[in-house]
Order: sequence, then C-alpha cells, then structure tokens
Amino acid sequence: MALLKMKFNQQRRVRLAQGLWLLSWLALTCGAFVFCLGVYLKTELLRRDEVMDNGEIHVVPNILIMVGLASIGTNWIASRVCQDSLDTSRFPRWKVLLLAWFVVAALVCCLLLTVVVLSYALQGRLEESLKVGLRNGIRFYKDTDVPGRCFQKETIDHLQMEFRCCGNNNFKDWFEVQWVSNRYLDFTSQEVKDRIRSNVDNRYLLDGVPFSCCNPASPRPCLQYHLTDSRAHYNYEYQSEELNLYSRGCRQALTDYYMGLMNSTGPGVLSVILIQMSVLLSMRYLQTAVEGAMALEDPEGESEGYLLEKGVKETYQDVRAKVLNVVKFGQVDPAEEASGAAEGEKTTDTSTEKAATPPPAS
Amino acid sequence: MAVLKVKFSKTKRDKLAQVLWILNWISVVTGAILFSLGIFLKVEINKRGEVMAERDVQYVPNMLIAVGLIACAINFLGGKICYDCVDTTKFLRWKLIMLPYTVCTFFFTFCVLVGALMCYSMHWELEESLNLGLTQAMRFYKDTDTPGRCFLKRTVDMLQIEFQCCGNNGYRDWFQIQWVSNRYLDMSKKEVIDRLRSNVEGKYLMDGVPFSCCNLNSPRPCIQQQITNNSAHYNYEHQSEELNLWMKGCRQTLLEYYTHILQSIGLTVLITWLFELSVLTGVRYLQTSLENVLRQGDPNSDSEGWLLENGLMETARTNLNVIKNLGKSNQIGGGDNGDPNIDVPSTSKAHYGPDNVPPKQKTEAS
Repeated sequence: MALLKMKFNQQRRVRLAQGLWLLSWLALTCGAFVFCLGVYLKTELLRRDEVMDNGEIHVVPNILIMVGLASIGTNWIASRVCQDSLDTSRFPRWKVLLLAWFVVAALVCCLLLTVVVLSYALQGRLEESLKVGLRNGIRFYKDTDVPGRCFQKETIDHLQMEFRCCGNNNFKDWFEVQWVSNRYLDFTSQEVKDRIRSNVDNRYLLDGVPFSCCNPASPRPCLQYHLTDSRAHYNYEYQSEELNLYSRGCRQALTDYYMGLMNSTGPGVLSVILIQMSVLLSMRYLQTAVEGAMALEDPEGESEGYLLEKGVKETYQDVRAKVLNVVKFGQVDPAEEASGAAEGEKTTDTSTEKAATPPPAS
Repeated sequence: MAVLKVKFSKTKRDKLAQVLWILNWISVVTGAILFSLGIFLKVEINKRGEVMAERDVQYVPNMLIAVGLIACAINFLGGKICYDCVDTTKFLRWKLIMLPYTVCTFFFTFCVLVGALMCYSMHWELEESLNLGLTQAMRFYKDTDTPGRCFLKRTVDMLQIEFQCCGNNGYRDWFQIQWVSNRYLDMSKKEVIDRLRSNVEGKYLMDGVPFSCCNLNSPRPCIQQQITNNSAHYNYEHQSEELNLWMKGCRQTLLEYYTHILQSIGLTVLITWLFELSVLTGVRYLQTSLENVLRQGDPNSDSEGWLLENGLMETARTNLNVIKNLGKSNQIGGGDNGDPNIDVPSTSKAHYGPDNVPPKQKTEAS
C-alpha cells in the first residue's frame, strides 16, 4: 500500500517537472542566501574575537556556510534532473544518483533545523565566553606595555563606546580592578600610598571609570572619578544619576546584539527549510511518476507517483533487512559457502539429469 | 564648407544607429548614477547639518539630482530615436524633433560640465560654513537646558568621537570657551570665583577638554583636566604628549572627508560628461546623414554627415540673424518705412467666386 499515491498523466508530469525546475532555482537562491548569512555572522563574531574566551558559538555560522554550499549543489542537480526527466533516453543516467541526492537533501534540512535550535541553545555558552573574555579585557586594560595584552585598552574602549556599555555587568566592575598602570602612579604621594595599602593585593583601586564609559547624552560634562562620593561634585547625587555613564553591562549588550542577529535570521532559515522540503517531496513524486511511465508500454500514459512504495513500517523493515544483508555480506564463511555451492550444483545437476533421462526412455 | 564631414554608407548608418542606441541606454544608467550620487551627497551634508552654518551648500547636490533626472529623460528619448533611425520610414516622424533635440542635448551637456566644476568649487563655501558652524556648536555645548540647543552637546561629542578630532582648529579651542554649564558650578567655592574673575566676560575658563577628545590609542588613562600643567600629573609632559588627545581639528577633518567625497563625485561627473559628449556627436552625425539621405531620395545610397553645415563663424552669424528676425516679426509694415499714405498693392489673393476670374476692369468712359 503506497504512501500518498497520486495519479499523473503526461500533462501533469510535464507541469510537475516545470514547477519543480522553478522551485529548485528558488531553493538555489535560498541556499546562496543561507551561505551569505553564514559568512556575515562569522565575520561579525570574528570582529569581537578578542573579548570572547572560546569559539564554541562559531559552530552556528560554520554549519550555515556548509549547508549553504551543499544546498546550492543539490538544487542545481535537481534542476538538471528536471530538465532531463521528460526525456526517456536521458533520465536513466540520473537514477543511480537520485538515492544519494535524497539522502543529501534530507541531511540539509536536518542541519538547517539543527542550526535554528543551536542558535537558541548556545546563548548560555556565548554569555559564559563573553563573561570570561570581558573580565580578562578589563583586568589587562592597564597593561599597554605588555606584548600580547597591549591592545586590550583600545579594544575595551572601542567596545564600550560602540555598544554604549560599561564594564562586565555594570560600571562597578571597574571599581574592583586596577585600571591605571603603575607607570602613571606617583608612589611618593600620600593618597596613592593610602589607596594601595587599603586592600590585600596592594592594588590601586578607585571609584572611577575610564572615559569610554561616558554617556554623550548626559546634560553635564562627564564625571569619571569619585563617583560614589556625592560631595565631591556640585549638584551631584550618586544614587539618582542615570545619564552620566552607560548603565548597561557590555556582556549584556553583546549578547543582545548577537541574539538579535541570530533571531532575526530565524524566520528566513525556517522558510528555507520549508522550500527545501517541498523540493525533496516533489522530486520524489517526479521520480516515481517518470519511472512508472517508463515502465508502461505507452510512455505517454498515466502513471502513479508515491512517496514510499510500501507503507512506512514495511519500508523500514525492508531497509533494515537490506542493511543487515550488506553487513552480513562482509562476514564470509568460506567452508559453508563452498559446501552450499557444491550442494546447489549437485541439485541442479540431478535436476538436469532427471530432465535429460526421460527423453531417451521415450 | 562643412565641419568634420564624414561619408556614411547605408550599413555604416545602420551600425551608427545601433551603437548609439546602446550608448543611449548606458547613458540612462549613468544618469541614474548621477541622480543617486546627488542624493548621497545631500544625505551626507544633512547628516552634519547641525555643525554647518547657514551657507548655500545645497545647490551642488540639487544640481546633481536635477542633471541626473534630465540625463535619464534625454537619453531615454535618444534611445527611442536611434532605435527608429535604422528604418528610414520611421525616421520621418522624428525628423522635425531631431534638430531641437540635438540642440537641447548640447546645452544639457554643458550643464553636466558646469555640475562637475561646481563639485570642485564647493570646497571654499564648505570651509566657511564648517568654521562658523563648529564655533557656534562649541559655544552652545554647555546649553543642554536651552531648547533648540540642547542637542549640541551630544552632536559635538559624537562628532569628535566618530571623526577622531577635537575642537575647531585643535584642542586649545576648548580653553577659550566655557563648556561647563553654570548649573554644575559651585559658586561658593573660591576656586570657581577666582576663575570667573580671571577674565573680562566672567566665563569659567579652564585648561580642560570634554571626554570626547580623548584618544583611544593612548597607553595611559585619559588626561582631560589641567592639560597644560605638567606638575598636576605624574610622568606627564604637556609638550611632548601626543597620544593623549586627538590632535586634529574637526574643521580640518570634516573638510577632508567632504573633499574626498566631492572629488570622487566630480570625477564621475566628468567621465559622464565625456560620455554624453560622444553620444551627442554621434547623434549629430546620424541626424545630418539621415537628412541628407532624405534629400537625395534614395534610402540606400551613401550620404554625408557633418557637425556643422557651414563653418563655425558662418553658423554663428546665421543663428544670430535668425534670433534678430524673431524679434522683428512683431513689427508692422516692414517695407516703405511704415508710412500709411503710400499705396502698397495688395498681395493677398482675393476670392472672385467659384470660377476665380477677376471682374473686368471698368473703364472711366462707361
């Protein structure tokens, strides 16, 4: 009992081939779109590589790029198959390839679905990676004379200004780190000595932030130092001041940015999955209908197209049996086989002898 | 004595018409490019409109937009004409329009050249405008509570950050204006009162700059206040410190930015002008050769094409006479100096009935 059987006369077959040809070209452009999306996402992630600790999130654009290329290839082949499908002399050469094609197309759909799932699932890992990366960046902010870390100041300043954020979770992260290098501290000054002695690690901690945390939208010139001291500045109240610095943390800002990118591409990828699935199903119908027509005496007559020749369960059992046979074929028992072959020969000999003897008797 | 006469056979004429058809369509595309370049320039100027004083710098992008649109229209018409010129019968319906069309295209090409030259001449107007605009913006930096000026602080800060510049000519411009609003000055402090009294106008001047002047590439945290005082900061020397703040002035930076854009646009417009000129020459040759073919009567024969029928001076003279005579057509009685008492025989044809026979002249005797 075939699955979803449909009758196809010659005209319907022609229409199906034409429609599928158009659909496969549409799917090809969608594949190119997916590829470009992957490339764009990868470049965006690479740009902020310095504040990310690990590259686990890169699996999303990598899969998109691979799937985009595979999709372009499979849909191009699909369009060629459509062109040859109505020509009985040219279609048979595609027969062998079609099974592999179905496997690859199904794989493409599965991978696209995986990408959508991953882009939501990896949000936690991205946040972790950013947390560690930003913490390192803030810690090494002052080490502009250490090779390997000298770029951190510029990176963090640039990041804070571009994404309008300050620190890891908020601006208070800067209070816990010494971000002024010792080269610029006057160790003879009493104030400096007091600050250094005030904590266990002998770090110069202050309640100030770098200039890149300053918010240009603030109505007053930026206050960077003595932030927690309401008396240090005229007409200033630490608790109620909101516009002076950026209130968002950079980890949150970057996560929102990347999640926004991936979420906005979600509907696009889902529609690509739908188009690819419809190409797959239509190709299956075309294949079975054309093969059915070629098997008929009248190639222009009506044939049947189906998704699966037998039901789902039967097909599954058939496939399982085939796979097991292939696996068993690998296990060769020469003795059994030879004796089995000899027996087989004997039986055929006796049957031919039996067939041979009656005629002389008659 | 025709100017640059060229002989055209039938195949040569057809080929010229086809080539001109393609060139006209390419010119439509270049016209669209000119239009989009004009829009781009307009958008770029308006983006920084807040730091530009009221100067007439909008005429350049407006001219480019107009020229682009007219180029599209003229070349579209030219494409249609050239397409029909291959067939001599179809050429007849364009015959009367072709000469005015060629004249219009000639003047239009001149406009394109003017547009290209204006791109280069905008430099000085722009510099004036930026100078005044930036001075004003810096002066109103502190007025974040005055409606109409409250956005200037943010504009100047974002400008200095984006273009990596400080002040009008340099960072010292900030030393000469009060950029901290009085709302945030503690008037009871002695230091504030001293500073206010230290100058004639009572402004709170200091040797400090806003945070947006800070250079990202500096190895040390930004020094914004007491910039000229070496002893105020450890390990700091004001004269030799280059990386602390942005060294360039914003006027210079913006001018370079716009000059770069204008030079590219000017170059594109010049190339378009050369292209239009070649299309114009081709159309003129096509027009004259087809008219000569019609004059000769045989559509398949060879004909001559030229740029001007007579020499340059003669053509100019005849055109001037034509223009003079246009002015004269309104004057009554051209001959006999306009004296109404002279008997001028009637030259109009009178209708003498259906046979059109004039009546016999009656003699005086009868």
